[in-house]
Amino acid sequence: MFPKGTKRKFSDAGEEAVGGGGGDQGPSAASSSSSSAAAARQSLLDMSLIKLQLCHMLVEPNLCRSVLIANTVRQIQEEMTQDGTWQIMTQALAAAQCPADRLVATEVLCRQTDPAAQAGQSPKPFSEAEQDHLRADSRTGEQVFGTFEIKHPAPPPDPALDELFSDVDPSYYDLDTVLTGMQSAPKMGPYDLLESLSSHGPTALSSSSSCRSDLNELDHIMEIIVGS
Amino acid sequence: MKCFSRYLPYLFRPPSTILSSTCHTEADIISTVEFNSTGELLATGDKGGRVVVFQREQESKTQPHRRGEYNVYSTFQSHEPEFDYLKSLEIEEKINKIKWLPQQNAAYFLLSTNDKTVKLWKISERDKRPEGYNLKDEDGRFRDPSTITSLRVPVLQPMDLMVEATARRVFSNAHTYHINSISVNSDLQTFISTDDLRVNLWNLEITDRSFNIVDIKPANMEELTEVITSAEFHPQQCHTFAYSSSKGSIRLCDMRQAALCDKHCKYFEEPEDPSTRSFFSEIISSISDVKFSHNGRYLMTRDYLTVKVWDLQMENKPLETYQVHDYLRGKLCSLYENDCIFDKFECVWNGSDSVIMTGSYNNFFRMFDRNTKRDVTLEASRENSKPRAILKPRKVCVGGKRRKDEISVDSLDFSKKILHTTWHPQENIIAVAATNNLYIFQDKVN
Repeated sequence: MFPKGTKRKFSDAGEEAVGGGGGDQGPSAASSSSSSAAAARQSLLDMSLIKLQLCHMLVEPNLCRSVLIANTVRQIQEEMTQDGTWQIMTQALAAAQCPADRLVATEVLCRQTDPAAQAGQSPKPFSEAEQDHLRADSRTGEQVFGTFEIKHPAPPPDPALDELFSDVDPSYYDLDTVLTGMQSAPKMGPYDLLESLSSHGPTALSSSSSCRSDLNELDHIMEIIVGS
Repeated sequence: MKCFSRYLPYLFRPPSTILSSTCHTEADIISTVEFNSTGELLATGDKGGRVVVFQREQESKTQPHRRGEYNVYSTFQSHEPEFDYLKSLEIEEKINKIKWLPQQNAAYFLLSTNDKTVKLWKISERDKRPEGYNLKDEDGRFRDPSTITSLRVPVLQPMDLMVEATARRVFSNAHTYHINSISVNSDLQTFISTDDLRVNLWNLEITDRSFNIVDIKPANMEELTEVITSAEFHPQQCHTFAYSSSKGSIRLCDMRQAALCDKHCKYFEEPEDPSTRSFFSEIISSISDVKFSHNGRYLMTRDYLTVKVWDLQMENKPLETYQVHDYLRGKLCSLYENDCIFDKFECVWNGSDSVIMTGSYNNFFRMFDRNTKRDVTLEASRENSKPRAILKPRKVCVGGKRRKDEISVDSLDFSKKILHTTWHPQENIIAVAATNNLYIFQDKVN
């Protein structure tokens, strides 16, 4: 696993390792190249998952691109499962008590792997949550690829409704939600996909990135309140 | 042809003007280019939903050097955005493809499409208008019938040439996913429109009905691993069409076999080379364009690093493979990071199917002569295009010492990509779209 904040170069070690570079290296070089290959593979996995999340936010959502990235993630996951690193990573995530956004995102994508085979290899950390995932299965695939359908145009904003709520200050609600630590359930957006699958239950906050932004916002608001 | 270059039998000279918009905005980015079947007209579509049609000048004895220059003939707004441009859930007005219909009368017809809707446009000239109405003044005001004492026959008087574009048909509401290609059938009565998962067959006269002839949408969307990337009708056989996929395969289908052409009659795929396998193998094998040769015997496909020519009689491997920019093979991770690996390059045949052309980065484009096996890299840029001069071949240095005129791989500008090119059906005239600039190069005999 990469510690956060470490800068890594893609173009050098990443290229050769991930690109399946030459196999005619000495044994000492082989071991270091295999660890750099594993690191490159991990960073490729991270990058791919971020791309998938951001797919929904593109001005021009592209189904072909999403499918190709999802296939790449599957490929990495299959290879990591074969050499055992997948199980290590999922257990490490469980131990670190991180919201398992990475884990669940790839769970979404890797439905076709036989769950029995996976379970047989090592004890699954979230066996109960697994079943929730499987139930949420049919929804998530739709969500990942379903948003590429061209929907009917949204109804035009109702001027009467707008007027009714025009004097309501929306920032008031943000303050409220942040301070009380709750989040209402907005319409399904890209990060909501991961939220809904979070194994920590429906009331848990979402992926770590929005955790961090919430904390920053909280700091900011506290400053205003305290009047510093 | 009397003059021969060192590289190819063609010398390409830049035009005296490079056609481009005066201000470079996102909307001016050219998204498709297409010559019509005679080469007299050249259409371009852009991201702002506009179509600009150029017409070739007639030969002139007084100005022989201006023979064959293309000038703007008609400009019209083909598609409109359906939402706020800044919102994320809009249907873009960007013109994805333009296909001409062969000319059958004085007017010109073309199909243009964005992500969702195909439109048939009629482009016609008007150079006469009637004058001498009985009931109307020259200003158009109605005359009092009681003041009319004699009748006259209105006559047609010449007027300044006016070119009008009118939308004759709108083919909509048939695609849930984004349309990536359209193709007119050789029967001139039908056409297909293709999105990521489906191919629909239309009659040019009927807009409220289309037939779905290919559907690869799985029952469960999460099982989706492959999408359709392009489809084209065979140039002569009106019952045959081909479609390419994101997994690097091409399927040839015969519409006579079944109403739903999910079973292909031919399946073209090259087995993967295990020695070059990487996590990016599938992505770079995804086919971005498929084109039948003019003679109907071959298929050309473009994937990220190569162009392949397939013999329709041989399904297990391509007849020819040409490396477009193999020096990028070691950079795939960076290109994945900056999304360039998903760029969709097109490819095109020349009129005699002897030369193929495709684009690359840094405003480079490549030509491959299938007979001599020679290839050339040319650049579409203002700095390197002095009028009347011959385009200088370019070379990318892959390692070691860089010679004076070479450019190193790391200096390539990946934002300057040539995705869209087209070749005149009979002559050696090519049109190359470089972002918002259109370059037209012609071969001139000395």
